[in-house]
Amino acid sequence: MYAFEIERPSTVADAVTALAKSDENQALAGGQTLIPTLKQRLASPETLVSLGGIAEIQGICQDDDGRVCIGAGTTHAEVAAGAGAYLALAALANNIGDPAVRNRGTIGGSLANNDPSACYPAGALGSGATIVTTAREIVADDYFQGMFETALDAGEIITEVKFPVPEKANYQKFEQPASRFALVGVFVAKFADGVRVAVTGASEEGVFRWSEAEAVLSGNFSADALDGVTLSGDGMISDLHGSGAYRAHLVGVMTRRAVAAA
Amino acid sequence: MPKDGGIGASSKRREDVRFLTGTGNYTDDINLRGQAYVHFLRSDVAHGTLKSVDTKAAEGMPGVLRVFTGADFAEVGGLPCGWQVTDRHGEPMQEPGHPVLAQGKVRHVGDPIAAVVAESREQARDAAEAIEVDIDELPAVVDMKAALADGSTKVHDDLTSNLCYDWGFVEENKDAVDAAIKSAAHVTTLELKNNRLVANPMEPRVAVGDYNRSTNDSTLYTTSQNPHVIRLLMGAFVLGIPEHKLRVVAPDVGGGFGSKIYHYAEEAFCTFAAKALNRPVKWTSSRSEAFISDAHGRDHVTKIELALDADNNFAAIRTETYANMGAYLSTFAPSIPTWLHGTLMAGNYKTPVIYVNVKAVFTNTVPVDAYRGAGRPEATFQLERVIDKAARELGVDPIALRRQNFITEFPYATPVAVEYDTGDYNGTMDKLLEMADMSGFEARLAESKKRGKLRGLGVNCYIEACGIAPSNLVGQLGARAGLYESATVRVNATGGITVMTGSHSHGQGHETAFPQVVADMLGIDESMIEIEHGDTDKAPMGMGTYGSRSIAVGGSAMVRATEKIIAKTKKIAAHLMEASEADIELKDGQFTVAGTDKSVAWGDVTLAAYVPHNYPLEEIEPGLEETAFYDPANFTYPAGAYACEVEVDPDTGKVTIERFAAADDFGNVINPMIVSGQVHGGLAQGIGQALLENAAYDENGQLLSASYMDYAMPRADDVPFYSVDHSSQTPCTHNPLGVKGCGEAGAIGSPPAVVNAVVDALQRAGHDITHIDMPVSPSRVWAAMQG
Repeated sequence: MYAFEIERPSTVADAVTALAKSDENQALAGGQTLIPTLKQRLASPETLVSLGGIAEIQGICQDDDGRVCIGAGTTHAEVAAGAGAYLALAALANNIGDPAVRNRGTIGGSLANNDPSACYPAGALGSGATIVTTAREIVADDYFQGMFETALDAGEIITEVKFPVPEKANYQKFEQPASRFALVGVFVAKFADGVRVAVTGASEEGVFRWSEAEAVLSGNFSADALDGVTLSGDGMISDLHGSGAYRAHLVGVMTRRAVAAA
Repeated sequence: MPKDGGIGASSKRREDVRFLTGTGNYTDDINLRGQAYVHFLRSDVAHGTLKSVDTKAAEGMPGVLRVFTGADFAEVGGLPCGWQVTDRHGEPMQEPGHPVLAQGKVRHVGDPIAAVVAESREQARDAAEAIEVDIDELPAVVDMKAALADGSTKVHDDLTSNLCYDWGFVEENKDAVDAAIKSAAHVTTLELKNNRLVANPMEPRVAVGDYNRSTNDSTLYTTSQNPHVIRLLMGAFVLGIPEHKLRVVAPDVGGGFGSKIYHYAEEAFCTFAAKALNRPVKWTSSRSEAFISDAHGRDHVTKIELALDADNNFAAIRTETYANMGAYLSTFAPSIPTWLHGTLMAGNYKTPVIYVNVKAVFTNTVPVDAYRGAGRPEATFQLERVIDKAARELGVDPIALRRQNFITEFPYATPVAVEYDTGDYNGTMDKLLEMADMSGFEARLAESKKRGKLRGLGVNCYIEACGIAPSNLVGQLGARAGLYESATVRVNATGGITVMTGSHSHGQGHETAFPQVVADMLGIDESMIEIEHGDTDKAPMGMGTYGSRSIAVGGSAMVRATEKIIAKTKKIAAHLMEASEADIELKDGQFTVAGTDKSVAWGDVTLAAYVPHNYPLEEIEPGLEETAFYDPANFTYPAGAYACEVEVDPDTGKVTIERFAAADDFGNVINPMIVSGQVHGGLAQGIGQALLENAAYDENGQLLSASYMDYAMPRADDVPFYSVDHSSQTPCTHNPLGVKGCGEAGAIGSPPAVVNAVVDALQRAGHDITHIDMPVSPSRVWAAMQG
């Protein structure tokens, strides 16, 4: 990696200040994407602002509306162990990467990176979560804006993610054989006012909601209700591990399985 | 009763103590005083003319000692190829040059263009980024058949085409094979690919060059399976250093699988640069570099035809294979698709005539050479797949079809130039069927169905030629090396023994298994024997470890040397006990005079050899050290039968291996536990090839699977708990231990078992699918099911 400076602020305010010092500064959360990127010399930040020492963005609680609120600096392992009020989300966190990744990677880091094959974007979009930042609150429907693209402005840091808890929910991931990221991952959540279906891994536009499935499932929350509901392979990622048509097919399979398991 | 020592005992691997406690001494652990570091600037395009390499800015960067380019190696030899194949017209193969650093052209992504030596690794890398390279890109030659088409861009401008050789074997049988196929009652044809693989040993390659100005000696520490071979190739062909001025050390090596046999540019570079700079120079490959600089394996495209008579007896086999050589000829590359592939095409079966045609092709890809099994997996895969397909076409049981055609009488001369000394294919098949619980399959199938899964069973056989090889024979076949092995047995005064072997252990367990043999022969404890290997200054000239040859060839050399020790110690013992040498018996570390109660202990005799006060000096020299070189009379022929049971998820195409049984005949077995471990490892690699691994290039010659993000290695949960057995033993008839070798078997026998099982599962579910190319990934299975 190229040489860089590192700062370890202990408050969000200090982190914002540190990031604002230069356009070349970059926030470091769990580092599960950024550190390998640095090692490959694909990024050359002037200063890395580590968010790891900021206590106020760690931990899990429930707010008055019953939402599960997760500090952005909370690791996947902590969510897996501590989000008992939202078991589908805890299960999703428990199946990200391997133990080393889960002990370092954070929910804020994952959502800020918005890898098109990551699990958390599906969980957040599927749950209709709210992403709280140092500047504002952004609903998930507005937050995800394409592969590695989000609504975050430069210097804006995610501090918390608020998840409404659905009546039923489940995440199904079909792993890419090499990376074991989601070749296709589907998060299904049934709320009193309707069903949300969020898909990761499949689309060239990153995580998306499968509205046809949502409409059908909102009327009849059963796997059978999806018979005949299909997705086009157009716009789906096509690579060594599967064509767009295959991914589109898997979205259907994983959605059915998620509904059945919810 | 399992033995607790000697041949046949499952002695625990003594080397694992240091491997598992982090105290191994790998090449990267070697750091010399004043050591500098090299970073190679590698081509990021597959093919292009090198117009200029401007190193000026780089030379001024902090810490930089020197920047080398191809021009610095203009007077230095290129990397040699160790095997010359003669084509079907009697002409030698086309053999291009292989410069240490690119000259004039780059020919694959990863081809080294320049090398920066600096005080630190990071400084070398920083400076490498400052080198300005101007490349005129040329069209990349990637597809083998397109590479042979008229007008194709040439990888090497000085060759007449991209064809390395067009090999026919046995050429004299061609017409007979054509006629037999024409008149056959049934011909089954199968076209398939044997997927390109990256070896991926746990330890990436490392080289440290060192130079001693006062003695003019060079030393290379390197991750090699055969340090003597590297010394010869690099010294004689590349750098012009005679062996007595060059030492090559391959210390602990963390896996090779073939990829560490070859002489690589980085080794020659570090040795050369150490002398040029009078500083030790170290290179440590990154994993990313390994993907584009370690020799790859396999990469064959094959059409095989199996002709049968009206009674389902095999009548003839004809194959046509395109074998990818990559951009240059790696050390043993030409021999893999020919002599290590064509000679195994008879498999375990009586087929009267066989013709194998192989076209080796240059492409703008990483060079391809041996990878665990090397040619034999490719032969086994096509043969065992086409037999399965034939059985289905004929409506006969695939196991019965195999049994009907088994070779049952030995020795057996195949129509592809080799003679199997011994084997019992029905015996291993019987054992396999017992292990695989064939009678329980229907119940397991029903249970899978209940869960919505498809289930299939695949069975196949394999044979391989190991213990490579009789030097005079391989010399006739084009090898530019002998393939004997060496051992020196040094008995110390107090009775302990150091054995120096020309074999090399990079995971195989020689340090445990070899002492078992010597201990058994002498009747002393294994702990009294230590194995030394991997240092050309210690062991006599040896050819190293590959092709499952260590115990069969290296072990035999050790037996021969130990026999000389026994003969000499008996003479000494006879003298000490004033008895006739003919009456001396050695048992349990005691020399006794037959029929008497007179005895002397092992240690008394060894001490006498070094303190020869009471010693037959007029008859024999003092000291107790013997060397033997063993050149095998034939290959060894391990064989076996494998069974794989898979489940296929019809919704996703994902294949899971539910059961795997391997019945092997390795001849006599020295350490059953180590042998089981070798089989387990081979199976994991074979299953990896069958289900997961794929070194895929795009049409521009970019490696798509150039990291673990896209290259799928098998992990623990991808493989089942294996059932392995090697109790079927027909000892090799021509080596003193009766051993055959076991290192590659698992990787050879398992891919067809997996694919046979997947095809079986799909056919049972009504799909008209006869073949799916490896890796049988979820997306490929799903696509096949869509028709």
